[in-house]
Formats: sequence, structure tokens, C-alpha cells
Amino acid sequence: MNDACHLPPYLLQQLINGITLGSVYGLIAIGYTMVYGIVGMINFAHGEIFMIGAFIALMSYLILPPMGGAGLVAALVIVLLVTMLLTGVYGWTLERVAYRPLRRSPRLAALISAIGMSIALQNYVQLTQGARVKTLQPVIQGGYTLMESEGFTVTLSVMQVMIVALTIFLMVIFWYVISHTALGRAQRACEQDRHMAALLGIDVDRTISITFVIGAALAAVAGTVAVMYYGVIDFFIGFLAGMKAFTAAVLGGIGSIAGAVLGGLLIGLIEAFWSGCFSVEYKDVATFSILVLVLIFRPTGLLGRPEVEKV
Amino acid sequence: MAAIKDAAVAAGIAAALFLFFIGVHTVPRGGVLSVETRWAAFGVAVAVVFAGRLAIDLLFGLRRPTIRVAIPERLRGASRWVGPALVVFALALPFLPFADRRVMDVAILVATYVMLGWGLNIVVGLAGLLDLGYVAFYAVGAYTCALLSINFGFGFWACLPLAGLMAATFGVALGFPVLRLRGDYLAIVTLGFGEMIRIVLTNWVSLTRGPNGITGVPRPSHFGLATTPLERVVFLYYVILLLALATNFITLRLRRLPLGRAWEALREDEIACRALGINPTTVKLSAFAIGATIGGVAGSFFAARQGFISPESFTFIESAIILAIVVLGGMGSQLGVVLAAFVLMGIPEWFRELQEYRMLAFGICMVLIMIWRPRGLLAVRTPTIRLRRAP
Repeated sequence: MNDACHLPPYLLQQLINGITLGSVYGLIAIGYTMVYGIVGMINFAHGEIFMIGAFIALMSYLILPPMGGAGLVAALVIVLLVTMLLTGVYGWTLERVAYRPLRRSPRLAALISAIGMSIALQNYVQLTQGARVKTLQPVIQGGYTLMESEGFTVTLSVMQVMIVALTIFLMVIFWYVISHTALGRAQRACEQDRHMAALLGIDVDRTISITFVIGAALAAVAGTVAVMYYGVIDFFIGFLAGMKAFTAAVLGGIGSIAGAVLGGLLIGLIEAFWSGCFSVEYKDVATFSILVLVLIFRPTGLLGRPEVEKV
Repeated sequence: MAAIKDAAVAAGIAAALFLFFIGVHTVPRGGVLSVETRWAAFGVAVAVVFAGRLAIDLLFGLRRPTIRVAIPERLRGASRWVGPALVVFALALPFLPFADRRVMDVAILVATYVMLGWGLNIVVGLAGLLDLGYVAFYAVGAYTCALLSINFGFGFWACLPLAGLMAATFGVALGFPVLRLRGDYLAIVTLGFGEMIRIVLTNWVSLTRGPNGITGVPRPSHFGLATTPLERVVFLYYVILLLALATNFITLRLRRLPLGRAWEALREDEIACRALGINPTTVKLSAFAIGATIGGVAGSFFAARQGFISPESFTFIESAIILAIVVLGGMGSQLGVVLAAFVLMGIPEWFRELQEYRMLAFGICMVLIMIWRPRGLLAVRTPTIRLRRAP
């Protein structure tokens, strides 16, 4: 165990880092949980959508001329919107091409199709962008020093504040859409009973498509954040990020959107504290162990509803 | 006119998809990343989508139902003689005129995956447990064999059962806590286990030598049967072929035992099984353990054949490929596994030159086969037992 783990400032720093990382996982996890809730399948290629989003953000940022000050903020907003839009198109296409034809097929068929799509997307990006790791200099520098004691400086960077603020902002919008609009109502109806919803005049295909687009757009935000904040991406980042976000969704209770965010935060915190205090190499083992433990002792997750098996 | 409009929409979507990645791509320039455009490739890609969509629309009409490919009825009865014929062909393969070194290497590869596919078929196809981390047992078998032979001087033939036993132990240890879970959750947990094993293998440097892997695993002793390099390859081929056929034989026999029937019953309806007094946990655990044993044996063959193993060989993609072989073949179908292993492992080997595009095509094929034949290539799920009408 790392000696520094006894010091409050060090722990505070890990807390800040963990919340930032957790926001990214939470944003991806929403995509998993929404799709699972509405179609009842694990969208295995969702991690790849996140990776695609990160690449689109990287490229659209590089296209824009370098700017500073207000220009930079405008550029970042443009990057974010372009990324959300184009990644949304990827999400839509994914559902249309790989999942819709299989909606009435055995569940395993859809899962295999998703795995195939995931392999195809990874290799598509590898082929078109090269296998090498892409690095980007930190886009926004600067931050605040929160406290300095016992030889540690706790900093909160501007980026971290922006990430958390952006996540909260999106969550509020998203919550509003789900609970107060016709679209959200249609989604919740499809989640409960797809056939009944169809009988009542809801266009189920369209609702499912929109669900995929929203999930992809949120993953795109996570991708943008990942490339701007961590600055290191390659064609393979989707796999691990997807796994962890799925863990987050399960931990929070799959199907529950608040649970996905909560689960994301918890996974981010666990990962930050584990790599800060124990070993970086085994941080993924720690995350997966949490997943196994949760599933054994509380299979419905933290905020999930118990599933009733009907005969 | 409607067809052109439809194709134009498809081309528009393709343009949105390909604008980045194909139209714009990143290049490292002097240590700093920058972007370049390649509009020619972009234009070609969009034009291909437009033309392709237009062709499909004109050929099949706009309101086409989802395409499903069906196997003609008269081919169904053929499976009775296809199996034995394939066995004869496989046994005779090394003596056929075209069987050079390369063919034998591909044949060994395909046979290994057939064996893995049959092993996983017990878990997924018969017992209906979705296992996304099957490669973990393959890895355990391979490392058991490699470590035993490197550290204690065990030969391949002594390693083989021990590797199987070790993998079975892992199967029971990992399976016991998680087998109560429902399908999708089980899938993710097994995926997590697969990754955990790989991470441990990478980081436990003092035991496994970490990412560098273990070199110098001795080849199987061939009892003086083989002298030339080609004969040695042929010997290896027969080893894996016999292991695979043994797997098949064991599976077919198991299906007729009460245990095998319990697996299939459990796959169909767990609640009914519990009502009839079948203990789901032990039944599932036995399927998991037997599947793991087969994976472990295949893993130890892999280690001895390669002479070198590293955690790189046991990534999730391997699990996905093995699962794809089972599902594409048609779950529970022994013959389907052979066909799918050949399609997924054998055919791509002939396109080695197109290395870069191999995995892309692999992924797309997985999607297409699932769309055209959602129940797998050979989806004839024959009931093992039939009720006979009373005389």
C-alpha cells in the first residue's frame, strides 16, 4: 500500500480525479442502461461508439485553427456539437444495420452481431487512422490550488470543473427529456411493454433508433472529454472503457439511469483510489471483482428493481 | 425514382459516417498530430454506397423483407453421412497430394478451433450458459503446461491431463459463485474473469514472466514416429485431430446420459427443471467444468505446438472468435462448429496477404451471417430424445 494514502490531501486529490473519471464512465454507462432497458440486449459495440466519438472530436479539433480565450471556448462547443451529431449517426447506423434485423431473433444472435460490429469498428478505425497511439496536448491548462499541506498540492484543474459541470448539465437535460417530453414517455412505454406501446400508436422502431442516437451522443461527449482531458487515444480504448461503463451500469442497476450515473461515479472513485493506493496494474482486476461481487450479492444493482420471473 | 432517392439518403448517411476517418485522417507530423484529407477515397466510398444501395433497390425492390437464407429440405438428411465423411477426409488429409506444410498448418489451426468450439458448445450450445471468457481456460491450460514443463520438466503427455484438471478446477472455482446469474449477467461476469486472468498473467512477472511470455515449451514427444519436419507437423495434426474427435465422442455420449439431458432441459426451461428436482447449480457447474477441461487440454496443445506463449494470445478477441464459431455454426450442432471453424479460421488464412483487412472482414461477416441466418449456419436443433407413440 502506498504510504501517501494516510494523508488527507492525497485522498482529496484522488477523490477529485475519481469524480472526473466517474463522469466519463457515467456518460457511457447511460447508453448501455438505456439500450438494455428498451431492447433488453447488451449493446456490445457501445464502447466502440465512445472510441469513434473520441476520434471525431480529435480530428474536428485539429481541423479548427488554433485559438485562445473566447475563441477556444467557441471551438470546443463546435467540436462537441459536431462530435455528438456524427457519433449519433454512427449509433443510428449501428442499430439499423446490425440490430434491427435481429430484433425477433434469439438474444444470442444479437449479441454475436454486436461483437462482430465491435470488431469491425475497431479495425475500421485502425485501418483508416493507423494503429499508433494518438496524443494531444492538454487543450485547456490551468487550475486552482485547493490546499497545500504535508508536501502535497491538491489541484483542481479548469478541465475537471468543466467536465463535471458538463456532465451535470447533460444529466439535467437528459432527465428532463426522459420525464417530461413525449419522446421520454414513448421511451418509458417501450421499456415497459413494447407490444402494448406499439398498439397504442408509438412508433417503436423510431423510439429505439432515437435511444441509440441519444446513447451515442452521450458516449460522444465522454469521448470528447477523454481526448481533451486525458489526451491519449487509440483504436482499442473502447473495449476497456466499455467494459467499465457496463460494470457501472450493472453496479447501479441496469435499466436505471440514475443508477448508471451513480455506478459510473463509484467505478471512477474505486479506480482512482485503487491506483493511487494499491497498484495501477491491478486496477482493472479491482473493477471486475466489484462487478462479480455486486452480481453475486445484489444482482439487481444498487438502484435496480428486482426482476420478477413469470412462468 | 424512389430507388434513387433511397440510395441518395444512404449515400448521405455514408458521407456523414466517412467524413472523418476516410475523408479526414490524422497523421503525426514532427511529433505533433495533424490532419490530412483524402477526398478521392472519401468520394469513392460514398459512391460505392450509393451504387450498392441503388443496385440492391433495383434488384430486390424497396419493400423487401429481411433476407433469410434457408437450407433446402433435402439437404437436411445429409448430415447423417456428412459427419463420417468429414472424419474420413480429415484422417486422410495428410496423404492427399495438396497437403503441404501450409495446408497442414491451417488444418492444425482449424482443428484446434474445432476442438475449442466443441468444448464451448457444451457450455453454450447444450447447457445454454453464455460464456464470454472461455479463453481463460485455454490460457490456464496453456500456462499450466508451459510452467510444468519449464520448471519441473514434465513432458507434453503428462501435462495434457494435468492442464485439463487445472482448467476444470478453475472452471469450478469461477463458476460456483456466478452460475446463479441470468444469461447476460453471466456473459459479462465470465468476460470479466477472462480479462482478470489475462491481467494476472501479464503482471505476475515472477511466475509467468509477464508480457514477454514463456519460450522454449518442449514439443510433444512423438515416440520416434516422425523424422522430417513435415512429418512432425503431420504428427501434431493427428494429435489435435484425435483430441478433437475424442471431444466430439464424449459430447455425443454425454448428451445421452441423464446429465446431458439435464443440460438441455435446463437450457429450455430452468424453472420447470427446478420443479422436477434438478439442481441447476450442480448441473450447470458440471457443464462449466467439462467445457473448461476441454479448453485446458486444447490450451496445453497450443502451448506445446507453438513452443511460445504470452498473454497476448489470450485476449477477449479469442473468446469472441470461439463463441462466434459456436453461434455461427448453429448452437448445439457439432457439424456446424466444424463448418464455422472452417469459415472463420480456415478461409481467412488464405487471405494472409490482405492481413490488414482480415479482421474488418471477419467482423462484418459475423454481422452478415447473423442477419441472414440468426440461428446459425446449420440450425437443426434435433431433440436428443423423442417421445414414441404408445404401441
